[in-house]
Amino acid sequence: MDYIFSLEFIYLIASITYILGLKMLGHPETARRGNLIAAAGMTLAILGTIFLYQGEVATHIYVLIGIAILIGTIIGWAVAKKVAMTKMPELVSLFNGMGGASAALIGLIEFQHYTGETLSTATILAGIIIGSISFSGSMIAWGKLNGTIKKPFRLPKYNVVNNAIFLVLVIFAAYITWSSSSSQLYLYILFFGALAYGILFVLPIGGADMPVVISLLNSFTGLAAALGGFLYGNMVMLTGGILVGSAGTILTFAMCKAMNRSLVNVIFGEFGNVSENEIENDSHSVKGDIKKTTVSDVAILMNYSQRIIFVPGYGLAVAQAQHAIHELELLLESKGIEVKYAIHPVAGRMPGHMNVLLAETNVDYDKLAEMDDVNPEFQNTDVVFVVGANDVVNPAAHNNPSSPIYGMPILDVENAKQIIVNKRSMKPGYAGIENELFYNQKTSMLFGDAKAIIQALISELKGM
Amino acid sequence: MTEIANFISQNLQLIYVVILMIFVGVEIIGHVPAVLHTPLMSGANAIHGVIIIGAILVMLGADSDNILAQSLGFVAVFLGTLNVVGGFVVTDRMLEMFKKKK
Repeated sequence: MDYIFSLEFIYLIASITYILGLKMLGHPETARRGNLIAAAGMTLAILGTIFLYQGEVATHIYVLIGIAILIGTIIGWAVAKKVAMTKMPELVSLFNGMGGASAALIGLIEFQHYTGETLSTATILAGIIIGSISFSGSMIAWGKLNGTIKKPFRLPKYNVVNNAIFLVLVIFAAYITWSSSSSQLYLYILFFGALAYGILFVLPIGGADMPVVISLLNSFTGLAAALGGFLYGNMVMLTGGILVGSAGTILTFAMCKAMNRSLVNVIFGEFGNVSENEIENDSHSVKGDIKKTTVSDVAILMNYSQRIIFVPGYGLAVAQAQHAIHELELLLESKGIEVKYAIHPVAGRMPGHMNVLLAETNVDYDKLAEMDDVNPEFQNTDVVFVVGANDVVNPAAHNNPSSPIYGMPILDVENAKQIIVNKRSMKPGYAGIENELFYNQKTSMLFGDAKAIIQALISELKGM
Repeated sequence: MTEIANFISQNLQLIYVVILMIFVGVEIIGHVPAVLHTPLMSGANAIHGVIIIGAILVMLGADSDNILAQSLGFVAVFLGTLNVVGGFVVTDRMLEMFKKKK
């Protein structure tokens, strides 16, 4: 009976909640409950660890733990509750970085306690390297997503340099391990070296690939947690960490697949291999005349259409236009026009980003069409309304082998009868490449803030 | 070679857990609709916040006069809490929106 109240048993329960929770997160009906179950398991594990600890502990340490958890809870809760829906992806990246930093700090403290124990030292150093990369990498990803870091930054021969740095880190860690060194200096050199590597690792990767990077760093942090579990022989850290590590890896591959690219390609970057010159040449080749249109023209066009497909992209999220576009959808439907949303798997900043955003406004599930289902329908569509999407509708993916996005599955909007593209300006999309769709004969450009434009469309349409 | 064999025999239980968990993780993600990729990543993100357990253990095991270890441990517990609480709350907010529609 006593065993029921033992820490091992609590950890067993917690491990089961993680598996169950992740499983339930995979189905729309059970997802929310799954998350809560995992959260309950986590709470149980944390409380158990504190209150069932065997050993002498000074009171002020309990107080410190309590304060740290209290402050962390208040800040974490407040930030997560307050942040706008559009900022969620970067917030996930931020929280992921916090976990990585925590793992690295644990390693920094524990190092001195395990000097001479080869396996434990190796585990600790691996935890420091992976945790630090996850931390600094996530911070860069966060900066890229919220626009603080705009341009991909690349050292000359960055692939060679990065791989060399990583190799040096591993060799250095191996040296510390086998020389049984207890040098704090070495330890901190390794720590800062790994931090620097994390920065250099993510900096060259284009903003459009950040979801993949975050997912990858997510599984890194899982691995770091698992290493901690290995060090302490702590089952709940081991199961939770490995679970996230493996699930996160599969998720990363799923995301790459949606973009028709390999993980190696994302990290070492075909994007990077396209030199600035080539990009310029590309843009020359697609230069032509663009056609501008006005809100009232588009309103008339929509009013006399039978089938319209909206193609939302990150621009919609930035402009907070999700409610406006839903209103437009309802208005058009009330006029007997068939309206659908075509959702590209990587539209926005994360797979499923657009679904989450539109779900917020109660858009009907059935109206959100996935790429493979909607592509054959474009040829029977009168108007395609592209709102703040760019790379996911770029025909260069089909017909320009020198384009960095060549081979990526896209929404074939060019098959529709008319294409209206709403953008703020002619600036290229996140991948930084020109889009020949804008120069297509059937395309008209409607420049302006997505929200303002859609609201203007609504008031025009109401008057018709 | 003997070292490796020793290592395996001493940690057999852990190795079993690691291998099985890898497959569980792969299986779980296998058939998830793209719609749920973001919440799932976010949920997984919260779960690796389990690193906080390690941070708490560091604090509990710290010598009561080791200021450096306690300060770093304090920060580690704080960051781990951010990961856990923020992670679960953000995931819940994402999923809240899926629930409304029938």
